[in-house]
Amino acid sequence: MSFITVKNLNKTFKVYERNSGLKEAFKTLIKRKYKLVHAVDDISFDIKKGEIVGYIGPNGAGKSTTIKMLCGILKPDSGEITIAGFNPFKDRVKYVKNIGVVFGQKSQLWWDIPVMDSFDLLKDIYKISDEDYKKNLKELIELLQLEKFLHTPVRQLSLGERMRCEICASLLHNPKILFLDEPTIGLDAVSKVRVRKFIKEINKKRKVTIILTSHDMQDIESLTNRLIVIGHGKKLYDGTLSGIKHKFSRTKKLEILYNNLIKTPEVENVTILKKEKDKILLEVDMSNQTISNIVKVYSDYCEIKDINVYNKTIDEIIYELYKGLNL
Amino acid sequence: MRGYISYFKAELKAGLQYKTAALSGLTTQFFWGIIFALVYTSFYKHTTIQDINLKELMDYVWLNQAFFALIYIGINDETIINSIKDGTVAYELLRPYDLYTWWYVKLVAKRYALVLLRCVPIVIFACFLPVPYNLSLPFSIFTFLMFLLTMFLGTILVTTINMIVTSLAFFTNENRGISSIIYTIADLLEGSQIPLPLLSGVILIIASFTPFRFIEDLPFRLYSGHIDITTGFKDISIELIWIIGFFIIGKLILKKALSKVSIQGG
Repeated sequence: MSFITVKNLNKTFKVYERNSGLKEAFKTLIKRKYKLVHAVDDISFDIKKGEIVGYIGPNGAGKSTTIKMLCGILKPDSGEITIAGFNPFKDRVKYVKNIGVVFGQKSQLWWDIPVMDSFDLLKDIYKISDEDYKKNLKELIELLQLEKFLHTPVRQLSLGERMRCEICASLLHNPKILFLDEPTIGLDAVSKVRVRKFIKEINKKRKVTIILTSHDMQDIESLTNRLIVIGHGKKLYDGTLSGIKHKFSRTKKLEILYNNLIKTPEVENVTILKKEKDKILLEVDMSNQTISNIVKVYSDYCEIKDINVYNKTIDEIIYELYKGLNL
Repeated sequence: MRGYISYFKAELKAGLQYKTAALSGLTTQFFWGIIFALVYTSFYKHTTIQDINLKELMDYVWLNQAFFALIYIGINDETIINSIKDGTVAYELLRPYDLYTWWYVKLVAKRYALVLLRCVPIVIFACFLPVPYNLSLPFSIFTFLMFLLTMFLGTILVTTINMIVTSLAFFTNENRGISSIIYTIADLLEGSQIPLPLLSGVILIIASFTPFRFIEDLPFRLYSGHIDITTGFKDISIELIWIIGFFIIGKLILKKALSKVSIQGG
């Protein structure tokens, strides 16, 4: 049974444009030119309860637009969204009680109110019972290590501190679904790791379904197994992370450090990327060639000191994916 | 309901943080009060004005300064306007509350926070000024109670107007134009600049038909006894109709606006 069902979702924006210059500015007073941008173009997918799904795509691909429609704050032009039995836009007020949302770039806390007051306010907004609130708050404060700045106004927090508070705020009412839109943007390494660890834990403990968008591939890699890739508003890939790796990562890089190379040997399915006096960097098509074979061939021509094999990073794979699809 | 009350309290508390701003506001109010008191007093020395006597006028002047923040129509909330302009308003919709009520509460809380920091020093100061420049005691206990009630309703009314003007920002993206036109006219018809009894001709006729006069003219003149209780009750019933009307219009505009809101970027 799928928990989140999205069927043939569409959203088009009118983007007004005008050329530069004063004359053009006057022209727009009479007639405005615009173009239609299909931010989301016929997207469908299903998500099961308790899944963590990475929703990725380059800038302007339509990620945030989709998330906003899933959250019920943007009206789809056409298509169907059913989440936990609700139609997000139509049943907004009832529906939003079931979701928690964190937007990395926008704060949802009240900026001139201390963190703890913000939480208390949320308690009343979501009508959380005293008992649940106390229990929840204690657990979240501990996990996210918030004690130190609970009484500081939000405007005085550092980005990492604020983000942890945002995450805490989004979970106080025990939501069934958590939307995380670039939750680690701008965070330092320590905070990133902390946030990731927390997300994993909360998913495991509370069976929260999580939809995550991020440009940070390490986020995706450490958190999700399922990936939905979109570009130009269209769904391009929906499957496992290892699947995408397998599909787009047929090549590996091989570096050989050597002494006394007699001659550079020619090996099939291998391209030379860089050659220096004492080392060479090769790209190997793994579908028709093996590392051991190359090493064997090279050992006849030189004395091998060391070899390094580089797998493609997920960043490179995604880059290639986008490039391959002309994004 | 509990959520809205907590929000009111939180906003009130947040508003009370800004003490320097309050101090500068206070200074301005003292300044204007003294100027008006001096100008009107010298005015009355050389003319005879039937419509309102000097004592009643002084009450009007000082109450206007003391409760300025409750009744001045041009008090906007920049954070709301900006959230409409940059699209962050969408994120308000992630919460399970009615946005109209939510913003309404915020605007009212802001007014009360501003007035709480200012009204007491001004009232005390004005009471102890020498006659005829001073603020007198209320005409009677009944008119005083009526004054409190109409002050409360005045804030309710002016905020429903603010909500309409604020919601219009959705359609224009920049509502300073609309708001400054509406607010300037309203400010005049409210009696903020010149007390309504001193107006004459067409402007007075217009003022007596528009709802703006209920915002401050009604409570201040009830206080000094210039309007009697019977007229007061009649005015209150008309005011209530305006409040309901503006409330419905504001809600409809906001609903319409939210259904077509589009959020760019992000």
